[in-house]
Amino acid sequence: MQATSLAFKRNAIAALNNPVLQKALNNIKIGFVRKRAAAVAKLPEFGLLRDAGRDLRNHVLDHLDFYLERFEAQVIESGGQVHWARDAAEANQIVLDICRSVNARLVTKGKSMVSEEIGLNDFLEANGIRPVETDLGEYIIQLRHEQPSHIIAPAVHLNREQVADAFQAHHAPYGFTERHEEPRALLDEARQVLRQQFLQADVGITGANFCVAETGSTVIVTNEGNGDLTQTLPRVHIALASIEKVVPTLEDVSLLLRLLARSATGQELSVYTTFSTGPRHPADVDGPEQFHVVLLDNGRSSMIGGEFQDMLRCIRCAACLNHCPVYSAIGGHAYGWVYPGPMGSVLTPQLIGIEVAGQLPNASTFCGRCEEVCPVQIPLPKLMRHWREREFERHLTPMPTRFGLGVWAFFAKRPKLYRRAASFAAWALRRLAGGAGRIKRLPLAKGWTAWRDLPAPPGRTFQQQWAARREQRP
Amino acid sequence: MNEAREQVLATIRRGLKRGPLEGTRRAELEARLAQPPRHLIPARGQGSPSERVALFIKMAEYALATLDRVTDEQAIPAAVAAFLARENLPTEVVMAPDAALAGLPWESQPLLKIERRAAQDGDKVSITPAFAGIAETGTLLLRSGQDGPTTLNFLPDTHIVLLPAGRIVGSYEDGWDLLRAAGEAMPRTVNYITGPSRSGDIEQTMQLGAHGPLRLHIVVVAVN
Repeated sequence: MQATSLAFKRNAIAALNNPVLQKALNNIKIGFVRKRAAAVAKLPEFGLLRDAGRDLRNHVLDHLDFYLERFEAQVIESGGQVHWARDAAEANQIVLDICRSVNARLVTKGKSMVSEEIGLNDFLEANGIRPVETDLGEYIIQLRHEQPSHIIAPAVHLNREQVADAFQAHHAPYGFTERHEEPRALLDEARQVLRQQFLQADVGITGANFCVAETGSTVIVTNEGNGDLTQTLPRVHIALASIEKVVPTLEDVSLLLRLLARSATGQELSVYTTFSTGPRHPADVDGPEQFHVVLLDNGRSSMIGGEFQDMLRCIRCAACLNHCPVYSAIGGHAYGWVYPGPMGSVLTPQLIGIEVAGQLPNASTFCGRCEEVCPVQIPLPKLMRHWREREFERHLTPMPTRFGLGVWAFFAKRPKLYRRAASFAAWALRRLAGGAGRIKRLPLAKGWTAWRDLPAPPGRTFQQQWAARREQRP
Repeated sequence: MNEAREQVLATIRRGLKRGPLEGTRRAELEARLAQPPRHLIPARGQGSPSERVALFIKMAEYALATLDRVTDEQAIPAAVAAFLARENLPTEVVMAPDAALAGLPWESQPLLKIERRAAQDGDKVSITPAFAGIAETGTLLLRSGQDGPTTLNFLPDTHIVLLPAGRIVGSYEDGWDLLRAAGEAMPRTVNYITGPSRSGDIEQTMQLGAHGPLRLHIVVVAVN
């Protein structure tokens, strides 16, 4: 997909000014954040499991070649096929070739962020194959020709009225002409429309939360059951996975499952966790006749051994999005590509280039909540800082920022001048705030004060206060 | 795409500053795969058999499954018929072609119309056996096979699962041990099922029965 990350600031301002979006985003705070906290509180071992999860993911990355080769061998052993793709174009072509080999016209899809990353739907459609998303959120945004705004709740930016509009515009051919706004009625309508697609599809495409080296299984985690109908009913099942998704054993998956749902939706476990190994066995009465795994690299292998390797520990729970003050204020679309929020701010520059995505690592208050809630303890703020340094080194930082840093450096290198300027600024801001303690309007800083107040300094600088304190000491 | 494969693996190895793993390190990883070590297992998943059954029931109910307990497997057909009557559900049921299920006295419930096959569009109620229950999260472990069509777990509106109390283990790891002890290769599909299907994709309001079953009813068979 075409990235709009370069326009991040414009996107963010538009998002802040969009009352419909703001209403929808409010659901995240009362939903995911509270539920995660409750689930974590119910499991005393959660902290220790996070340590184990981090160590396990590090172990995998340090031996990624070995586990990928073993996974491949086990898939083949169980009758499946593995296809390696260096980039999006190769992955799309592999999927298309498989679809063509069985004369597929209709493809159902379970939720897959890798599919979003490679732009699979557009590619299939351009080649005469109809892809139908079956996760309710993904289906809604497919009807609206939108991108997901969240990695586990793709339609979280929408309200029920917008869903009703989309269904009304598209469901008449299926006999649904009445407009409903109740979530129950909307869900029932989607269930009936999509049921027919499941039954007619020639190929089912899912993502993979994990690839198990021990058994050659791919694992999906869903709540709706759409992924299971997608991969059980058609003749062919294709699982799309990025290379870092490999996990050694079923015991290792067990550990990560204890972290994933609790971090994501605050459930003890998602409703459906499904392990798929090869095609149907000769005596089986249902299931697909072919099982394919597409392993996508797309820039990840070059993160191994470098300063961004830690990012590959990610298990895509979205806790960092849900707890991010920036994400909560502007939603996912403002980030301009597939992966939003803190994890996206680190991953996106790697996948599409810092020239395009340079603003994303700057879209952070560095409050550190993302790292605190990450189930595998990825140091997201540190990684964003690495990107900022690279951006600065490559002279990609915007002029006003470079100018500001230059001004700051000028003063910082002249301590006397710095102290005088700082004490003037503290005094002036204090005066400007009056008795309020916060500044609602500031000349030349509308970009800040339009959306939030500036806390007023106490009137004297830290150094002045420190000096005064030392004098008072007996 | 052999070229792609070689290039991806070469880039990874360049990053790790080594060639393909050999010698001791490789042997260690092979051993880890052959004898998978367990990570920390939460205390709640390590109770006695009776604690496990109680925890399974509590957690499955928390996940919005409904449960019945029978103390004699001969009583299963009556319990199923009573559940369907209580909930005003159809009496046409599709059952997994499983030998143990077939051996139960279904003829004692003449109202039930039973077919033994995979699921089809329009089926309302399915009955399947569970391979195991996992107490720590109230999760059912089902596997595909000749006697266990996967479609029965997803297409019908109501899914009834029979679970012997003796098959309730504490943790996911115990469930895998049970499956490995059964001695077969991995089934095509292993399903963990924790409650009925649901979606929160519209304004994060949770609705049951998104694409899979609207109701998950578990009959725990505890023979005294």
